[in-house]
This record gives sequence, structure tokens and C-alpha cells, in this order.
Amino acid sequence: MTDYTSENYIQENYALATSPSLRRRHAKEARFKWYGRIAIMIAFGFLVLMFSTIIFRGAGAFQQTNIALDVNFSEQVIDPSGERNPQALASANYKPLLTAALSKTFPEITARNDKRHLYKLLSSGAVFELGQLVSDDPSLIGTNQTIWLTASSEVDLFMKGKIDANLDETLRRISNKDISYIQALQKNGHIKKKFNSAFFTNGDSREPEMAGILGAALGSFFSLLVCFAIAFPLGIMTAVYLEEYAKKSKLTDLIEVNINNLAAVPSIVFGLLGLSIFLGVFHIPRSTPLVGGMVLALMTLPTIIIAARASLRSVPNTIREAAYGLGASKTQATFHHVVPLAMPGMLTGTILGMAQALGETAPLLMIGMVAFIVDIPHGVTDAATSLPVQIFLWADSPEKGFVERTSAAIIVLLAFLILMNLLAVFLRKKLERRW
Amino acid sequence: MGQTVDLKPVNLRLRRARRSTQIKEFAIQSFLIASSFVAILTTIGIVASLAFEAFRFFEKIPLTNFLFGLEWSPQTAIRADQVGSSGAFGVIPLLTGTLLISFIAMLVATPLGLLSAIYLAEYARPKTRGIFKPLLELLAGIPTVVYGFFAALVVAPILRNTGSGMGFEISSESALAAGLVMGIMLVPFISSLSDDVINAVPQALRDASLGMGATPAETITRVVLPAATPGIMGSLLLAISRAIGETMIVVMAAGLAAKLSLNPFEAVTTMTVQIVTLLTGDQEFDSTKTLAAFAIALFLFVLTLGLNVVALKIVDKYKRQYD
Repeated sequence: MTDYTSENYIQENYALATSPSLRRRHAKEARFKWYGRIAIMIAFGFLVLMFSTIIFRGAGAFQQTNIALDVNFSEQVIDPSGERNPQALASANYKPLLTAALSKTFPEITARNDKRHLYKLLSSGAVFELGQLVSDDPSLIGTNQTIWLTASSEVDLFMKGKIDANLDETLRRISNKDISYIQALQKNGHIKKKFNSAFFTNGDSREPEMAGILGAALGSFFSLLVCFAIAFPLGIMTAVYLEEYAKKSKLTDLIEVNINNLAAVPSIVFGLLGLSIFLGVFHIPRSTPLVGGMVLALMTLPTIIIAARASLRSVPNTIREAAYGLGASKTQATFHHVVPLAMPGMLTGTILGMAQALGETAPLLMIGMVAFIVDIPHGVTDAATSLPVQIFLWADSPEKGFVERTSAAIIVLLAFLILMNLLAVFLRKKLERRW
Repeated sequence: MGQTVDLKPVNLRLRRARRSTQIKEFAIQSFLIASSFVAILTTIGIVASLAFEAFRFFEKIPLTNFLFGLEWSPQTAIRADQVGSSGAFGVIPLLTGTLLISFIAMLVATPLGLLSAIYLAEYARPKTRGIFKPLLELLAGIPTVVYGFFAALVVAPILRNTGSGMGFEISSESALAAGLVMGIMLVPFISSLSDDVINAVPQALRDASLGMGATPAETITRVVLPAATPGIMGSLLLAISRAIGETMIVVMAAGLAAKLSLNPFEAVTTMTVQIVTLLTGDQEFDSTKTLAAFAIALFLFVLTLGLNVVALKIVDKYKRQYD
């Protein structure tokens, strides 16, 4: 028998523990563990870096510089006829009101060239803002009001510190004169950064300060609506057929192989399918959420089918047998008992599929949802873009003012995605049963 | 007692009821079969539309010119008698660009994905695993347009500045920037599939190795990984297929110039980039340029389909090995 406490054994083990080869092996073990930690840290660090840069760059876009002007809504200029015809009010020329108000704020500036600089402080969309105000409330006509109007992109960038005033005048997009005007306005408190509500209520625009994401967001919404209406029923019926009805045959094998391969087809190929079949053969209107939703539906179908099948499979057989035992037919057992029990899992899978569709860009580029569209879509057949496509368009724009808006649009998109994922997690936690 | 009940009408009613149920069952079943055919129809639609347009393209440009041509310049002239009016439609420069970016991406994604999968599957405590596994999967849920934005506006300038600081030139649209960011995007695909595969290796193999005195690291590199190799290869192939088909990152960060070059610091173009540029401009639907996009797409589809079929076969075969 070996005596484990003997001096000899301990010495032997000590020798072993300090042997160079064992030490090397242990060091290797520790190193290997660290490789894994470092790999995770790199991936995680990248995630943090990406999120923080986007938030850091985009946060500014939620504020917009506004300039306060005393506007005299002169009846002579806007509505000389006095009829208050809404159409005439909307299309009237509001520019004289702005020039008058600016001259009132800066009475000392008379030179023509200087005045032109002065007008450029305001966004070219400011006249439309006045028009909107008047058509919303015609009683403004004939009164004097202090109105906060959107400043131009250059002024906005300067106010946010994105233009370096120490730079040589020729190298920056805002002149010394402009800066002196801004400082004069600042002294009276007539220039201020306010919450940028236009970003959430406007459509796209060539002017960064007037551009908003509502048009793109609604385009995404309508596309997802179409996508859901097609993909959800189709996906669930396919899953029910494959799990509950189909016997294993060459045909079901073929369907299964198809679904698995479709899940891995590059998304841009679905866009080409939409281009040549939906647009080319069926002549569905181009650039509409209708055709966008149809393409996205085909793309998300495999995701939904795979999730729905897993969910159906998790419903125990005893449920089916109990239904049969009470005389239910196959269809009754399936649709009265199995499908409702599998529904939470199916919904979770569908929401995740929709989240994937919301972030998809490439196929939509193929079917013309990449156009410059100012109007806000009101239905599935109006031309529209989608949030990710809008991000792509703005990221491509050379205007400096669009940089922060791109990041802000990404923040909005990610917020929607996180919401959808949280909803899926919530549904899974709350409704899904463990059998 | 002794009373006889006439069952005839009851039987008849039952039979009728059964008959109507059967009809209903049949109708519903046919409906379900029909909807499951949409998957097949989609595949047929993809193949048919791509093949049809590509066939028209190959009527104008011979197949061999497309497959083996070393030059890509799809500019077709406005007048027929102009110099270089035919354009050059060789897919090789696009293929090398695609493979170069995919290679860089895999160079980043393979070690990161595999090592994270190994750590999460073999070393991490359940709590750590519960935190970092969803975080890694979050990377898969970020839209590719966001990665593209990040590659073009953050990673590319950093690379350019580091490059010029070290004395060599990295163009502002480079294969390196697109590849690096795409590599990060692919990490969750590799890690989550490899994680499943590693977990499927029977514990008995590990116990045997540990019992023989091997350290955990030795067990992983000499027993677990060899046993999991086929599945890991499958996950890598799937990731490559995704890299080849990825569009937005390369559209935003890789560039347009079709150069036959393997220099990662230069701008290269890919098949997906060319499809987008050829089809988003304003031109008539029948021009050689638009048809060329379909030919590239068919090539892309066949390539990724081949990779997927092989990958799924490997994974499938492996799955059965330890069942």
C-alpha cells in the first residue's frame, strides 16, 4: 500500500509540479483561456464602440437651431383678396414677410449683399413653415407674432460647435459676417437650440435642416404590414403542413431543402426576383411598400417557418392524443389545440423575422425604394423609402448637415429593433409554456 | 328487453357527418399543401428570373467572355460607332474583389468566432454565458446598413490615418475597412453554430481525456475540436457564403473601381456592389448593363447555393455521428 502522506510522495509530487514541462502546460492552459476572453472582449468592444460613436454623433440631431423673428402677417402680402381661400393661403408668397421681419431685427443692415447673407441665416424651408402656420390658423393674418423659424444647416452646425470659428474664413462654410449676425441674435436670446420635432414629422428633403424620417418610417411600417400579412399566414400554414400533416416523402424533403436553402440565399437576389417578377411580370407599382413588403415576405418566410416548426414540435403528443380520444378530427386537433398552444412561439419567431425585415436594405434598392421621395406615404401603394434605405441615402449625401441626421436615423432604427426584440423576449417569457 | 332499435337513420346521419368532415379535412389539407409550395415557387421564381435574363445577356456576350474575362467596364456608349462601345463584361475582377474581402472578413471572424465559442461552451460559468451569448447575438441583429455606415465613416478614416502615419497609403474606400467590419458581423454566425457543435460533442470524450491527465486546453484542442471539426467547417462555409452575398457593407465601404488587384489597401469592387450600381441608375430595362446584373446575380446565387448545400450536408452528417 502506498502511504500518500509520506515525505517521499510529497517530494515526488513537488518535483512533478515544478517540472518545466508541467509548468509549460499550465501556462498554456491559462493562455488559452485568455485567448477566449480576449476574443469575446474584442467583439464586445466593437459593439460598444459602434453604439457609442453612433449615439455620440447622432444625439445632436435631436436638437435644431431656431431663430425668433417678429413677423407681421400682412394681409396685403398673403391674401390681398381677403377670401381666406386655403389653397391660395398655402401657395402665397411668404418671402416678403421674412425680409421685412429680418430688416426689423437688423435695421442697421441696408447693403444688398449683406442682406443676402442675412437671409441665408434662415433655412430655405422657413417660408413653408410660415405658410403652414397661416393655413393652419388663418386668424394670424393681420397680426404681429414672434415666430421661431428653422435656421439654415450652416448656422445649426456653427451653433453646435461643428464649424471651427478659428479656421480661415475661406475654409469654412460660414463667413465672419454671418457669425457677427449670429452673435447679435444670441445677445437678444433670439437664437436657440430647440427640440427638433421636424425630424420626426417631416419627409426627406434636400436641405438637411428640413429633412425628417417620418416618410421613411411610414414606408417601413407599410412594408412590414404587407410583409406580415403575407408571411405570417403562409409561414404558419407551411409549418403546420410539414409538422402535422405531411408524411415523409420526396416532396416534403424537397420542400424542406428549399426552405433551408432559401434561408441562406443572399438578400439582394430576392430583390432581383422582385424586380423581374413582381415589377416586370405582374406590373406592381415600383417603389411602393406593397412590392417591398412582398419581397421582404419571401425573404422572412424561411425564418418564420423554421421558428413555427420548432414551436409546433414542442407541443407534446399527449395533447393531440387527448383530442383524438375525444373524437376530434386531425384538423380539429391541430387547429383547436396544437396551433393555439404553439402560437406564442410562432409569434416570437414572426417578430424576429419582422425585425430582420425592418433592417433589410439591399433588396429594396433593387425595386426602386431608393428614390428621393419628399411626400409622406399614406398607404401601401404610395411611393416610399424605408428607414434603412433612408440611412443609406443620407450616408451617401455630401452635405455635412446630414452626417448627424444619419446617425440619428440609425438610433431610431436601432430603437425600433430593440423594441421588437424585447417584445419577442417578453412574449417568450410570459406566454410560452414549458412542457 | 328484446326491443330492437332501428339504427339506420342514425348510421346515415353519422355517415353524412363523416363525409362532410372528410371533405373539409381534404380541403384544408390541400390548402396547407398549396401554401407550403410557396417555398418551392420562390426558388423556381429566383432561378427562372435570373436564368431568363442571364440567358438574354449571354446572347449578347459569350459565356466564356463573362466567366474568364479579366476586365470589367460595363460602360456602354451612347452611339454605336463610339470607341469601346461594347464594354467589357469579365467577372474575374469582381470575383477576386469579392473573395479578397471575404478572405479578410474570415481572417477576422474565424479566430474571434471560434475562440468565443470555445470559451463560452467550455470555460464560462453559466452566468457569464447568459450575459455574453445574447450580446454576441446582438451583433447578428444589427442591420448591415449600420455596419456599412460605421465602416465608411469611422473605420475607413481611422485606417487611412494610421496608414499615412506609418508611411503607406490606404485609400478611403478599401477592401480592408469593408473586410474588417464584415468580419465582426460574421462573428455571431460562426460562434453560435460552433457553440452548438461543440456542445454536441459527448461529455464522455472530454472525461476520458481529462482522466488521462490532459489539461482542459489540451482536451479542447486535441479531443473536442477534432471531433467537432466537420460541424465547424460547416459553420465556416455558411459564414463564407454570407460574406460573398453581403451587399450593404461593401456598397458603402468598398468602392466601385473594378481592378484586378489583391492589395487590401486599395478600393476593390464586388459582385453585389456591381449589381446595385448597374440596377439603381436610370436606364432602360433591356440594356446589356441591366442584363449583366442578372448574370452576376445568377453566378452569385449558384456560388452561395453550392456553398450552402455542401455546408448543410457536412453539418447534417456530423449531427448523426453522435446521435
